[in-house]
Order: sequence, then structure tokens, then C-alpha cells
Amino acid sequence: MTTPQQKTVESDLKMQSIGLNAWFGQKQALKDINVDIKANTVTAIIGPSGCGKSTFIRCLNRMHELIPNAKMTGQILLDGENIFDKTVDPVMVRRRVGMVFQKPNPFPTMTIYDNVAAGLRLTGAKKGKNLDEVVKRSLEQATLWDEVKDDLKKPGTSISGGQQQRLCIARAIALQPEVILMDEPCSALDPIATAKIERLVVELKRDYTVVIVTHNMQQASRVSDYTAFMYLGSLIEFGSTKDIFESPKNQLTEKYITGEFG
Amino acid sequence: MISNYAFRKFKNHFFFILCAVCVVLAVVPLLSILWEVIVRGAPQLSINFLISTNANGGIGPAIQGTLILIGLTSLIGIPIGILSGIYLAEFGNNHYAATMRSINDILTEFPSIVVGITAYGVIVIALIGSYSAIAGAIALSFILIPIVARTTEESLKLVPNSVREASLALGAHKWRTTLSVVLPSAKSGLITGTLLAVARISGETAPLIMTILGNRYFFQGLDQPMAALPLEIWRDSLQPYASAQAQGWGAALILILIVLSLNIAVRLASRGRFKK
Amino acid sequence: MGKHYPRLRWIALNHQIPPKFFTKKIKITGDFLFKNLAAVIAASAIVILIITGYVLTTDSVPVIERFGTDFFFGTAWNPVEGREVFGALPYVLGTLVTSGIALLIGVPLSLGIAIFLVEMAPRSLRVPISYLVELLAAVPSVIYGLWGLFIFRFWILNYIEIPLSTYLGWIPIFSGTPFGLDLFTAGCILAIMIIPTVASISKEVISAVPNSIREGAYSIGATKWEVIRHWVISYGRSGIFGAVILGLGRAVGETMAVSMLIGNATGPAAMPTSLFQPGQTMASLIANGFLEATGELEVAAYVGVGLILLIMSLLINVGAHIMVTKVLKVKGGAVE
Repeated sequence: MTTPQQKTVESDLKMQSIGLNAWFGQKQALKDINVDIKANTVTAIIGPSGCGKSTFIRCLNRMHELIPNAKMTGQILLDGENIFDKTVDPVMVRRRVGMVFQKPNPFPTMTIYDNVAAGLRLTGAKKGKNLDEVVKRSLEQATLWDEVKDDLKKPGTSISGGQQQRLCIARAIALQPEVILMDEPCSALDPIATAKIERLVVELKRDYTVVIVTHNMQQASRVSDYTAFMYLGSLIEFGSTKDIFESPKNQLTEKYITGEFG
Repeated sequence: MISNYAFRKFKNHFFFILCAVCVVLAVVPLLSILWEVIVRGAPQLSINFLISTNANGGIGPAIQGTLILIGLTSLIGIPIGILSGIYLAEFGNNHYAATMRSINDILTEFPSIVVGITAYGVIVIALIGSYSAIAGAIALSFILIPIVARTTEESLKLVPNSVREASLALGAHKWRTTLSVVLPSAKSGLITGTLLAVARISGETAPLIMTILGNRYFFQGLDQPMAALPLEIWRDSLQPYASAQAQGWGAALILILIVLSLNIAVRLASRGRFKK
Repeated sequence: MGKHYPRLRWIALNHQIPPKFFTKKIKITGDFLFKNLAAVIAASAIVILIITGYVLTTDSVPVIERFGTDFFFGTAWNPVEGREVFGALPYVLGTLVTSGIALLIGVPLSLGIAIFLVEMAPRSLRVPISYLVELLAAVPSVIYGLWGLFIFRFWILNYIEIPLSTYLGWIPIFSGTPFGLDLFTAGCILAIMIIPTVASISKEVISAVPNSIREGAYSIGATKWEVIRHWVISYGRSGIFGAVILGLGRAVGETMAVSMLIGNATGPAAMPTSLFQPGQTMASLIANGFLEATGELEVAAYVGVGLILLIMSLLINVGAHIMVTKVLKVKGGAVE
């Protein structure tokens, strides 16, 4: 296993992927992935399309198994506990490991307020000051509050794409997760909206651990502390972002980073 | 929080089971119908039952009548339905076609007894002056045509445009292209849809009451009353005599065999098609 | 056009006739014939609609002229010559009550089936189950009636009606001595008969709910049932509503099974007061009585009831049609 030598901050292990394999039917999408994710860092997963990077983070909160015929083996440890264990309920895992998707997917039938409050309502949170507070705080953290504070009653889909994506981030934050997974969160957005999300990602790592999938290498180098490079379902190289981009050990990584393929 | 979660989990399982129960509740009547029709109808079956008149303990006229009705209705309804469908699919990009499409949709949901009254008013009273086989066939055609038109349209629309373009590029006319390239490509869909529509009309009862009326004898001409299986079942079931009721179950078995074998044959055929 | 017909072109330009007019008129090609023949045949739809409307309207004129609004709001039904009175109200109400029961029972069942098929059933079970549910639609109405008369009626009588009337008989709608041939049994058989319609359309609607919505809901820790209840159903609600309305259209027009199970009451006795009492719907009245009608006025009364049924069914189906097409149009861009 390749672990980065140089210590950035005093960070401990938050999640760990040990010998992770994943399949879609007969097709193997992930082969023996071993990655350590440190608390309060941003880990970027890069690689050409179809390399399995989305599948990988969908295993981290057990979203992968929702796809018919999908299965996975190996271990994912969250604070040392294997989330693939039979006794672990995926619903509980997903409350601790939030997710933001490639295409902004706010709930179209709900207002902006309800989009953020939806997760808390499931656990029985009642309307009231307390919930208002959480919604406000989550929207503030997602740097969306100032833009939507007068439109909380409007449908979640009535705002721009970039705002929708930040709404989805607020929706994830509202549950106070420990880890936030982001699956190419900027691929459907324009450059200005992308810049806002990138700034947000860097801020989020103060309170959360972030894993972000991206096909944009500049983005990875701007926002992440660690980078994993995947190719054809295998992990090729994993290390601190600085090492990966400045002195990659593997030829494939170097080729990909210099834009020779991908 | 924990108890709340346990409750959510309980609800999850509870509704899963409830949905499965819904499926069971829907399937039980179907199985019961099939079971009863077979168990009560099968003892009736004999050559005599199939070919002799009611007076001799058979339902021959009803079987003959239903077959004639299916034939006549198909003869009238299928060509009109298919040609309408061709228009809607191949030339249907205008207001006129959109209107006809909507009307067809509405006609397929018409109460069938209303269609019976229509045929009664037009054929039985105004044109022929008697309850007659042809009135029943026309009533059933009114039900058949919109269904065939819509299924034809749907299956022709599934034919990729490149097929049409390939034929047109060879210099074929539109009509030639439609008849000898597009229709054959949509053949299996057309046959499936048409057979299902025929299966549906062969069980129709309500419009027959006031059109073909029923007859104790074999076919006597298109302008004369005629027997049919659905009418036979209806009349037999309302009789207080066990022997008549038993005859009704026998007729029901024959009718359900006709209808379900059409359905099952179609499903098997189309399933084989998808597998390839 | 133009080149070969300079003269015609000149006429077209100077008389503001579209040049296309001439090309069409002059070139009678195979394609022209084929297209227009098909167009004429396609008019069969509107011809059927017009004939139906015409026959039902003109043939019911005598009874509407004679009784006016009393035909719609009267309860009496007396065909005896010289003392004829015809009122359609009990049958309109009977239709509404039986269809209402059908929806109350049939819609939850259908939704359960649709949800089970799309969200819950193992893949290997999906095809056979939806196949069985579709077979329910293939069984002819008269066979439902036969089965209802000899089997289903006693299930309802022994396991639902007798217990309900014994313990809850003081509630007016459960009063009377149940016999099994009544509004409730008719409503129950209708419930079974609308299941294939409502379930298959709901299934389509639920399958059309974008996966991104389900994923979003799962990602905030919703259980499977919560995803279905709060997200899938609420996203597809207008489509499901359309399915329910189409089911209502089916129930309103259904004739044979109802006519065999409803108890065949006429006149004021057919006014629905208790569910466990014989009744009559518009369709079953026509099926049960049309052939016995003597005299022009009585036939006209049946046709008049048919006209009310037609109008009711038209309103329901046009409504459902608009609804379903609206939903289908929204489907593509709903997330925008």
C-alpha cells in the first residue's frame, strides 16, 4: 500500500478501503483498491472516464449496491468499523457519509427549505426554530444563504445549476455527516459556479472529510491534499497531491497528468 | 433517536410485506377464475357439447357464432384500423392526425354498451330492421378499429427512420416504401397488437345483447339473429337450473380458451422476439 | 414547381393562390392517392364518434322532451303504458357508488402492485407477476360475472358483509340483510377489474421517475419505503392521478360483471342507501332491461341513460387523457 510519507497536518485515519472489489453483473469495475482517507482532508480521485472512480466513491457509502446486479467484496472501514458488515445498516452509513452527485439533483417536488430539511425530517425533526436554525446554518456553510434567504419557499429546482449544486451540498451538510463524497460536482457547471464550489470544498475540510471525484486535473491540484489515480478499475498511484502532480512515480500517472491520454 | 430508527425500519419491512400482499390479492382472483372455469367447465366437454344445439345439450351455435363474429369483425375492422394507423404514423404530423389520434384514444375507453346502442340505432333499426349478425360485427368493429389503429401507429413508429430513408433513396415511392418496407419491418408488433385486440373483442358481451340478440339455431344469415359464447354464458348463468349453469361454465371454458390462448401465444411470441 | 407551368405560376402569383395548390391538383401520383386514402380511412375515428353521438342524442329525444330535467333527477322508473315515468338519478348514483368502492379498494392494491414490481420484486419475479396482472385484463367481463355470481359473491358475503352488518349494522351504509348481490359486491368485482389498468400505468409512471431523485434521497439516509413514499410517489403523483382517472373510466363503463352482481333493482328502490342493498348502475340497467323495453318511450329512456353514461365517460376520459399527455410532456424536462 502506498501511503504518503510527508505529513501535512496532524490527521488521523477516517476511512480505509481494504482490498475493495466491485462488479456490475459479470464485469469487474474495481480491482483490489486500497486507499486511506485522512480526517479533515480533501482526497481527489482522478482518472479517465470509465476507470471506476465513481464506482469507488459509491462504495464508500454503499450506494453501489442500489444498482441491480451490482456487488462488492473487501472492506471499507469507517472509524475502524467495516461498513460492509452484515450488521451495519446502509441507511446509517449514508447518514454519516453524505454524497453530492455529478448532476445537481435537488428534489423537484420540495421547496429549497424542505430540500435541506428533508434528511432531518426523516428522523422525526419537527418544524420550528431548531430546524430553521439548522437549515440556515447549512445554507450558510454552503455559501448559498445570502442568495436564497428570501426564496426559501420556492421549489428546489427554481435556482441556477451552480446554486442547485450548493443546495445539494447544504442538503448533505444538514445531516452533520463525517464524510462528504462528491462525484464530479462541477462537471455540469459553468466556470464561475465551478470556482465557487471549489472554494467551498476547501472550506468544508475544516469540519468534514471530503472525497471528490474529478476528471479535471487542475481542479484536483487546486482543492485536494491527497490524490488517487485510477485506471481501468485499478488504483495506479496514491499519494499527496504535490507528489502526484510534481513527481509521479508511475509512468501511466505521468502520461495522464501531462495529458498524453485521457 | 434509536427507537425512532427502529420504527422506520419496521415501517420499511411492513410496507414491503403489504405490497407483496397486494400482489397476492390480485393474483388470487385470477387463479380462482381459471381454476373454477376449468374444474366446472371441463366435465361438460364432449363432441356433442361442441357441435349440437342447445336443445340437444350443446353450445354449437354459440361457438359458431363467436367464430363468425371474430371473422367478420376482423374483416371489417383490421384493414380500416391498420390503414388509419399507417396514416397516423407515416403522415401524422398535422392537426388533423393529432385530432384523430386523440379521438382514437377516447374511443378505446368508450363503454362498450354505448357502442351496442349505436349499432342498434343504426343497423338494427335504421338499416336492416332486425337483430342481426352483421350489426354485432359492426358494433365490435367500432371497438376494434381504434385499438388496432393505435397499436399499428405505435409499432410503425418503432421502425427506425433509416429504414424508410434507405428505401426512399433507392427511388421507391412513399406508398411502396410503407407497404413493402415499413410494414414488414413492423410485422411482429402489428400481429401482436392485432391479435390482442381481437382477443379483447371476442369476449365482449354488452354490445351483442342489442345487436345479435342470440339464437337457438346455427347461423341463418348475416341479417338474422345469431348466437355467441358470451351471450350463452350470460343467459345460462342467470338460469335457476343446475344443468343450464353447468352449460354456462362449459361455454366459459371454451371462451377463456379462445381468449387466453390468443394472449399467451402473443406473449410467448413477443418474448422470444425480445430475447433475440 | 414553376418551371413547367409558367402560366399557372403567373395565375398563382396574381391571384394569391398558393402555388402548392396547383402541384397537388395536377400530379395525381400513387403517393398522393395513398396518402389521401389513408387520411380518409383515418377519419373512421371521428365518424364513429359522430355516429355514436348522433344516435344517442336523437334516439333519446322523446324521453328528454317528455320529462325534461325530471329524467335526470327523477327516481321513478315505470314502463307501464299510460303511466310511464322515467328518472335516471338512482343509476347515476349507483354508478358513482360502485365506481367509488372500486377506486377505494382497487387503487391502493394497484399502487402496491406497481411499487412491488418496480421497486421491490427480485428481477426474476417481475416479468411473471406483471404478466399475471395483465392476464386479469384479458379475462372477459362476462366470465368475471359468472365467477362473481357463483364464487366471489360468497367470499364477500361470508367474510365481509355478514361480519360488518352484524357488528356495524347500526351504521346506515352497512344496514340491511346482506345477500351478496348488491352495490358492495359489484364495487368489489370492479376493483379487481380496474387493477390491470391502474397498476400498469402506475408502473410506467413510477419507472419514469428519474434515478437521480432516488439516489439523492438514499444519500441523505432514507429507507427504501421512505424513498418510495416521500419521493417517488410525490414525483409521479399527477401521472398516478391520471391512472386513477382512467381506472374510474373503466369502472363507470363496465357492464356485464356488474349487471350480474348488483342485484338489479329499479326505480326508487335502486337509490343507494346501504352498500348491502341491491342497486343498479347506468350500464347494468341497460344490459338488464334494454331487450325487455316495449314502446318507443321506454327504449328512448334506456338510450337516454346511455347518453348520460357516454357523457360521463367522455368527461372522465378526456380529463385523464389531458392529464396523462401533460405528464408525458413534463417527463423529459421535469428536472430542469
